[in-house]
This record gives sequence, C-alpha cells and structure tokens, in this order.
Amino acid sequence: MKQFDYVRPATVAEAVAAAAQPGATYLAAGTNLLDLMKGNVSRPDRLVDVTHLDGLDGIEHLADGSLRIGALVSNADLAHDAEFAKTYPAVAEALLSGASAQLRNAATVGGNLLQRTRCAYFYDTASRCNKREPGSGCDARDGENRTHAVLGWSESCIATHPSDFCVPLLALDAIIEIEGPKGRREIALDELHRLPGNTPERESALEPGDLIVAVRLPPAARGFAAHARYLKVRERTSYAFAIVSAAAALRIENGKIAEARLALGGVAAKPWRARAAEDVLKGVAPTADAFQEAAWRALTDAKPSGDNAYKIELARRIVVRALTLAAAGTPARIPALPASPFASTSGAIHA
Amino acid sequence: MPELNLTSAPAHLRHGSSIGQPLTRRDGVLKVKGQATYAADNHPPGMLFAVIAVSSIAHGRVTSLDVAAAKRHPGVVDVMTPDHKPELAIDPEIKTNPFVFRMEVLQSNEVRYANQPIAVVIAETLEAATEGAVLLAPRYEILPALVGLDAGESYVPPVVGVGNPAENHHGDVAAGLASADKQIDATYETPAQYHNAMEPHAIVAHWNGDNLQIDMPTQGLMLSLARVAELFGVAHDNIHIRSPFLGGGFGSKGLMAGPPALGIMAAKLAGRPVKLVLRREQMYGPVGHRAPTRQRLRIGADAEGRLTALDHHARTVSSTFDDFYEPAADASHTLYAAPAIRTSHDAVRVNTGTPLFMRAPGEATGSIALESAIDEMAWACGMDPLAFRLKNYAEVEPITGKPFSSKALRACYDQGAARFGWAERSLQPRQMRDDAGLLVGWGMGTATFPALMFQAEARATIRRDGSGAMEIGAHDMGQGAWTALAQIAADAVGLDIDRVNFKAGTSDLPDAGIAGGSAHTATAGAAIHSAGAAVIAKLADLATNDERSPLFGAGNTGVIARDGRLIRRDDEGRSESYAGILARAGVAEVEARGTGAPNPAAMEEYAMHAHGAVFAEVKVDPELGQIRVTRMVGAFAAGRIVNPHLVKSQLFGGMIWGQSFALHEEAITDRRSGRIMNANLGEYHIPVNADVPPLDVITVEEHDPHVNALGIKGVGEIGITGSAGAVANAVWHATGVRVRRFPIRIEDLLTQT
Ligand SMILES: Cc1cc2nc3c(=O)[nH]c(=O)nc-3n(C[C@H](O)[C@H](O)[C@H](O)COP(=O)(O)OP(=O)(O)OC[C@H]3O[C@@H](n4cnc5c(N)ncnc54)[C@H](O)[C@@H]3O)c2cc1C
Ligand code: SF4
Repeated sequence: MKQFDYVRPATVAEAVAAAAQPGATYLAAGTNLLDLMKGNVSRPDRLVDVTHLDGLDGIEHLADGSLRIGALVSNADLAHDAEFAKTYPAVAEALLSGASAQLRNAATVGGNLLQRTRCAYFYDTASRCNKREPGSGCDARDGENRTHAVLGWSESCIATHPSDFCVPLLALDAIIEIEGPKGRREIALDELHRLPGNTPERESALEPGDLIVAVRLPPAARGFAAHARYLKVRERTSYAFAIVSAAAALRIENGKIAEARLALGGVAAKPWRARAAEDVLKGVAPTADAFQEAAWRALTDAKPSGDNAYKIELARRIVVRALTLAAAGTPARIPALPASPFASTSGAIHA
Repeated sequence: MPELNLTSAPAHLRHGSSIGQPLTRRDGVLKVKGQATYAADNHPPGMLFAVIAVSSIAHGRVTSLDVAAAKRHPGVVDVMTPDHKPELAIDPEIKTNPFVFRMEVLQSNEVRYANQPIAVVIAETLEAATEGAVLLAPRYEILPALVGLDAGESYVPPVVGVGNPAENHHGDVAAGLASADKQIDATYETPAQYHNAMEPHAIVAHWNGDNLQIDMPTQGLMLSLARVAELFGVAHDNIHIRSPFLGGGFGSKGLMAGPPALGIMAAKLAGRPVKLVLRREQMYGPVGHRAPTRQRLRIGADAEGRLTALDHHARTVSSTFDDFYEPAADASHTLYAAPAIRTSHDAVRVNTGTPLFMRAPGEATGSIALESAIDEMAWACGMDPLAFRLKNYAEVEPITGKPFSSKALRACYDQGAARFGWAERSLQPRQMRDDAGLLVGWGMGTATFPALMFQAEARATIRRDGSGAMEIGAHDMGQGAWTALAQIAADAVGLDIDRVNFKAGTSDLPDAGIAGGSAHTATAGAAIHSAGAAVIAKLADLATNDERSPLFGAGNTGVIARDGRLIRRDDEGRSESYAGILARAGVAEVEARGTGAPNPAAMEEYAMHAHGAVFAEVKVDPELGQIRVTRMVGAFAAGRIVNPHLVKSQLFGGMIWGQSFALHEEAITDRRSGRIMNANLGEYHIPVNADVPPLDVITVEEHDPHVNALGIKGVGEIGITGSAGAVANAVWHATGVRVRRFPIRIEDLLTQT
C-alpha cells in the first residue's frame, strides 16, 4: 500500500489543523476508506485518525428536545440504544438494515454520512470516472448501470449515495455540526451532499479540514415516533445495498395526516427528500389514493440514466408501501429483518 | 508441519462398523482453534512475499511497466516480468495432456483477458510488494475485447466437458416435435459465475537446490505435481506438495493454474522461499470460472403428457486461447423418457480466462434450464409438475437405453413430496398468499449427477502393536475427507477409527486421483477398501498357515477382521488378535496396496447416476418483486452413505448453491471492456444467512451393487442440480411470471402488480 502519514490528534482543534493540509483525510472506522485505499481509489498522503478524540461518542438529550449524536457513535450502538430506537424508530431500522453486524459495530455516524458511492466504475481504477479523476469521463453512463441514479444525475455522473442511515435522518431534518478551520458551523443534512452537476468530485459541502462532530435531530423529529418506517428493497435479504429505499414518517391527528416526511435512498447522489409528495399528504386522510398521488409527485422529475427505468416504478411502489406501513403504525419492536419487505415474515431470526 | 492429530472426541468413539456413522469432522477442533495449517499459514525462514500485477484490459499488449519505480520502493526485492524471469523447461502453451490448461506465466506481453497476470513484484513485506505492483503503472496497446455470448462467429467445439461429444441424439426429434400435441420453445440464459472459494489460491514455494517444497491447496496432488515437474524440469521425487486442508475449491483448484506456477518461479528468481496469495478480485480471471450459457429447449408432449421429443441446445463461450466447454445440454441425457432426444452445443470465443469445471459443471447450468422447461411443459399440458415428471419417469437411461445400476428416484419424489406437503399445491400460479399478503409459490426440480470413478491407490499397514495405518494422498476441501475416508479405512482394516493412523493430503503418499466429479469418496474409498482387504489377506495368510494359530487351516472358509482380531468365518469362537499374529510371526508389520478404478464392464452395461428431488417454497413481494426462499426439502438417493452428517452438509451446501444460482450469483461483465465489475464478495452476491431457509434433507436408501465395491455414489455436486430449477419454478408459481434469465432480478417481477 502507498506510504502515508498517520496522525492521531489529541483534540478536535489539532485534528482540524492536521486535516486541513492538502492530501489529508479523516479516518474513522475505516470500513469504507481503507477499502478504497487498498483498491487505490483513494491515495491520501495523511490519515488523521479521529477515533481517539474525546467527547464525540455520546448520545445527548438537549434541553430543547433535540438529540445530539456524536460523530464517533457506532452505527450499532446508536441503533441499539433503546431510547433512541423508540423515539426515532425509522432511523434505527435503517441503521440495522445496512451492511452486516460486524460492519455496524465498527462503522461510525460520521463515516456513514460521508461514505462514498458504490458505483463499480468509481472503484475500478481502470475505468474513466469523473468523480475519481475529474474530467476523465463517466464509464457508467453507457455501462452496467442498472442500479444507478434516476434523480438529480447529470451527464458527468450518474452515481448514487448508498447510505441507509441518511435517508430517515433527512426526512427528520437532521442538522450536521461541523468543526472547521474557520470555527464551528452547522448545516442541514440536505445541504451536506451535493448533486453532481459538472463537478461530481465535489461530493459534499465540507471544506478541507471540516470535521463532522455531531448529528442533531431537532425537537420536531420526536413527533413521528408512532408512524415511522424505513423500507429497503435489495437483491438479497441482508448485507446488500438498497436498489431503492424510502423513509416515511407521519404525524397523524384525528385521522388526518398533520405532517408527512418522505425521503428516498439509492436514487440520487444524495439522499432525496420528496417535499412535493409531503405537501400533497398534508391534511388528508392516510388512504391508498393519497399515497399513490404522493408517489407520483415524488418521482415526477425522475428519468432513467441507463438500464434502470424500473427503479422509477419501483421507487413509486416503495413510497406507497412505506407510507402504508408508516400509517399502520410503528411496530413495538424493530423487526428481525429490519426494513425488509419480509419484515413481517414470522420465524425470521437473522438481520 | 507437525503430525496432524485428528483423534475424535471420546463422545464419537464407536466400535464396530465406522461406515454409516454420523461422526463430526475429526479436523473440526483444529479448524476452530486456528491450528489447521492452510497453505498461506506457512512461513519458512527467509520467506518473501510476491504480489501479482494483473491486466486491467481484456485484450491487447502490455507496452510498458515502470519496473524502476517498483524497484525503488523500499522493501521491493525484484520484479518478475516477461523480460526477467527464470526459464521454464517447457512452453506453457503446450498441452501435454487433456488435463493441462494454458496458463499465463509471463511468457509474453500479450493480454488475453482482464485480470491476467502481467508481472510479479517480490518484496520483504506484503505491503511493499502490493505497492510495488501499483507502481508498475502498466501501459497498454488496447485491442477491442470480445465480450458476451454473441461476441463472434460460433462454432461447434470438438468436445464438451471432459471428452463428451458436442452433439448427441437418439430417435427422431423432428418427427417427435411434429407429432406433439403441445410444444414449448424457450430460451434460458445463465451468467458467468466464479468459484469464490473462501480460501484464495495461495502458494508457499521453497527451493532447496533441486528440491522443491510446495504448500498449496490442490484438489489433485499428483496432477499438480506432474505439471510442476514438467514446467520446471524437476524429477517427481524432488517435489513435495502439502495440501492438508483446502478452504474450498469447487473445481478451481483442480488443475494447476498460472498463479501458483508464478509463485514457484518467483522463489526461483529470488533464491528464497516465496509466498503468493491471490487477492479476491484476482480470482476473477486466471483460475477458472463457470462459463455463461444461452440454452434453447424445444419440447413436445402428446395429449396424455408423454414427452415426444426433447431438443436441448446450449451456446457457451471459451477463451480465445484454450478450450473448455460447459456441457450444459448433456443434462438432458438421463432424466426424462423422451423417445427422441437431441443435445447440441456451440460456442464463441471471448476475452476471458478459460472457463473450467465449477461445482456441477454442465449439470448445474443445464439443470436449471431443463427443469424450468419441464415445468413449462407440465403447465402447457395442464399437469402437476410432479405428476408430469412421474409420467415421464425414465426406467432406462433415455439417451443410451441402458438400465440404471440403481435408481431410487421414485422414492425421492415420494418422500420429498410428502415431507414438503406438495399435494396441497395449486396448479395455477399466483394463487397462494401468506398472512402478510406475500405471494407464495412452490416449485420442484429433479436432481441428477453421474456416479463417476477415477483412479486411486492406497497403502495399508497393520503394525505389531495391533494398530493400523492407511495412507493415501487424498484431499479434504472441507467436505470431510479426513473423516469419511478414515471411516472407510477403519472398516477396511477391521479396527476402531482411532486405532488407524490415517494419512492424507501430501504428494508423497499413494496417488488418490482428484477430488472432483463427486467421485473422491468413491474412488479413494475403493482404493482404501481394497488396500485394507489386501493387508488383511496378508495377515490372514500368516495366521491360517501357522499351526500354532487358532485360525490354522481356516484358509478356505476364510476369516473376517473385526476389532483388531481375525475371526474364523464359520466359528466366531476361534479368533486371534492382529498383535498376536504379528508377534508370533516375528514381523514388525504387514503392508499392502490397493487400487480404486472404474469398472469398464459395469459401465458398459449400466447407466450410473445419483438422483434426487428438490422442493422449494418462495415468497415474493407482489409489488416490490423482492424474493425470499422460505423452505426447501431435498430427497437424494446416492448409494451408500458413508457419513450421514457430512453428506447432509454437502447436500445443504449444494441446495444453497442452487438457490444462489437461481437468485443471486452473477459476474457482471462490462460489455465494452470485458472487465468484471463486481469482483468482490460485497457485490458478487451469494446467499447470506438471512437468505437461507430451513433446509430439510432426506437421504433415501439405495443399494447399488455395480458402481463400486462400496456402493458409493457422490454427493458433492448433485445438491445444486434440481435446487436451482426448483427455486426458479417456485418464483413462477408465486408470481405467474416466467423468468428465463438467471439470476432472477427484481425488475423481472415488476411487470404486473
Ligand atoms: C461490504 C459492505 C457493505 C455495506 N453495506 C451497507 C449498507 O447496506 N448500507 C449502508 O448504509 N452502508 C453500508 N456500508 C457502508 C458502511 O455503512 C460505511 O462503510 C460506514 O458507515 C463508514 O463508516 P466508517 O466510520 O468506517 O467511515 P470511514 O471509512 O472511516 O470513513 C468514510 C469517509 O468519511 C470520512 N469521515 C469519517 N468520519 C468523519 C468525520 N467525523 N468528519 C469528516 N469526515 C469523516 C472519511 O474521511 C472517509 O472519507 C457497507 C460497507 C461495506 C464494506
Ligand atoms: S457514475 Fe459517477 S462515480 Fe460512477 S463512473 Fe460515472 S462519474 Fe464515476
């Protein structure tokens, strides 16, 4: 493997200073970054290991009703925090539907948000890829692309963002807390990931040295606990990325939807918030017709980027199903097969 | 390597007959404790690490390698290239026998497929070698790649599989189709698949003057040894290969491939021991794979649902430089009693590593197409798929007219169907739902695999202390040879299993042939059985010719060997211990050899196959198209079951593989570059635990007096056949959508709601 510096800063300030240098990259659990390094996709000069920083691995309940999740909390610890799972069930379900138990034990909240696309041409260094090598072209565009984007893509890049976790977080208006060379700031999760446009190499709003220190769920996110689901269609029952996924969260009052939240995964270079669909659901009864209408609205702008037109129809169906499941109510326990269409199958013992 | 201690835990001690006992793996404890030494676990002093650089193009030429940059990297010792390598004793392109495959050992800078080895970096550490390989930054002259089943002009290969004719017929197919009341004409596609054994191909090679010590997983010790000997010009006796454990092979470790040869070359070049291990993605090229197929089946049936003709054509691919043809259509030779059968193959050449045997080569690919087509035909006839199969049950092998040496398939159908509850199945598809509204479908498939025998030799010894030894260069790929063959050995020499020192897995032992074709237990077992009989005969000679022995004069009536004693057949009261016989004779031990081999006379007379019936239940989300197998029952008749526990594991593994074939496995090849885009176990999908349903295996009793002395048929591969089709047919029954391209994908099922 290429020689690189490894630094283990003692404080956030030191970390930010170390990572602001050209060629430096943060290392969290490394479940994505180290794979990329082994494949020569990423060749950083310096790894800034943040896993030993103090104070980034807590789950805090703030006085205003927000929840603050440290960037180093592991995917598994967060999902298995009973209070968290009860209050934000779709987020816990999404986390548990991702990767494998081993990976979830290691993977961090910050790393999950910033994991890179699974586009095979991005991983294959012999292929042309605008994201990996700006201006080189996109071999996915006319290649094997049945799992690529149907929303927000450009001729430069048709990759998707693979995170499950991000999808319900986005639906719940999560806020990202950043510590950077210019100090502390926060942005909405919706602003963290960028669509490719002509610069697919610029994947996020982060600047060199920017460290995600926490993810915050605002007080309003608590209001959906009774009707929140994540649904993920994939090519095997577990340990596969989403072909398409959706997080649906409803606040139902007097038989009507007071507020709806809907986001899609696996369809674009960022987790995709479907605000137009949310709007049509506001104030109406949770009926199949209303959900169908919402599904159409959610995918109005969708278009195939290759052999993937089916993903548009699939996404519509997933939206309808996720909303239907959410309306039916959050199950008392997270199913043994989280987020799976087979979640209700009895006798399932594995995740 | 220390002597393997395979003594079973006391709970498994059994006296008397070992064959038939469900012993757990005797090497299990070693494996659980990490004490089983796989090839890559060896670290001779002074060992260097070699890493292969592979081509990223599928066709063309390497025009430059930055050897200087690689050599400058700290720790890099040398870089082996076509210009700088030890000479081989023969041209690796020459096929010295049909079991030799052409390999890339840097004989030129030509590139014939993606992931072909193009250089080897040798370094003090794995990390330095890995980075050195990157620094080579190869440049290429790129030529257009031939990709896919329509890549070029097709041709009829001279043979398919191992020496099978590419075309075969029996009866008048055209007339059979013309006279049919019902016909189907359907085309199925199966993708390229890669063996993906858990243990990557690995070698530790160590030259000591002219002597060569090799640690490498192989399914064929002597074949590998012979190939190494001819490539490097070394006498057989100077080569020692150790392969006590394989982390799976599935056919990819059967024949010597390029990478291990490169490890030996690197050790020669460096003058130090070298370890070379393939990375997962490097296994998608130089070590074989299952070729893709496109299969057209035309089947006719009369008004009663009796087959009138079966025409099975398979298109496949081979590499641009060697020949291996997946014998997919041959699956139609044995199962269904059509009066007219034609099977045929053609092929195109593509820029791929040469395809190879992969667990049930031909049988698996052919079976999923044939069983799907039979299901379609049953539906066209309005018949239950099991009733249809029974109506067309073959009493003799259809393509040859030979009787079967044994065939308990009817019992498999009966017992499997009963256990599964098949009688409750609706004839129409898309009729069944579960409580959650998921579509439920039931499908079945018939399993079949030939009962093969190769050549093997074993050496048996009885020692003065009354213990025994059995030596045979057999291979344990994880299937349990250390256990099953030791059970046969124990019975062969009439001793308890723990009194027999069973040695296997090294090339200095008698040749056990290859662990392939599901024939290893039968072949090695037959050799062991005959070696045991021979050594007991020698011992009996000592006793029955000695007037001081209680067995004196029993020569004609004979003796039997049991629990370390020879016992007079007609008078069990008269017996003598092995130790006693040898002590009185004043010999330290008696030794004898035995062989296992096919019986040409029996093969001439009988068709020999194992059979089975597999029943599968799937659930499908009606709107979202995601599929889950929820239940499988397999009933198999495979002759004598040496160890029911291990046999069930083999059959479980096969059934899971069948599910994988129908729903998951596929190497995704870029249509332009010929590169495989999912060469890793994250994206090359096989079933994970959550996909594997409760599996129920029934082993149906079957006595076969003809296949071999022990009546053993193989169980290593048959589990895939039947299972893949059963799952595919269940998907149709659940959804009403017939998918003919495998693996079945979500989008295939989104056509209706
Ligand atoms: C086989 C496999 C299957 C998987 N399946 C799924 C799946 O089904 N669903 C799913 O959602 N995910 C899946 N994943 C991805 C997994 O969730 C991510 O790899 C993981 O969440 C990354 O976390 P990490 O801590 O290991 O990050 P790392 O690999 O350490 O880092 C990832 C990136 O984030 C950056 N980074 C990390 N922390 C910070 C921070 N605090 N501030 C700024 N930058 C930071 C790093 O520089 C790097 O670029 C899978 C991964 C694998 C290997
Ligand atoms: S889709 Fe994006 S990530 Fe994939 S090859 Fe094209 S530019 Fe690269």
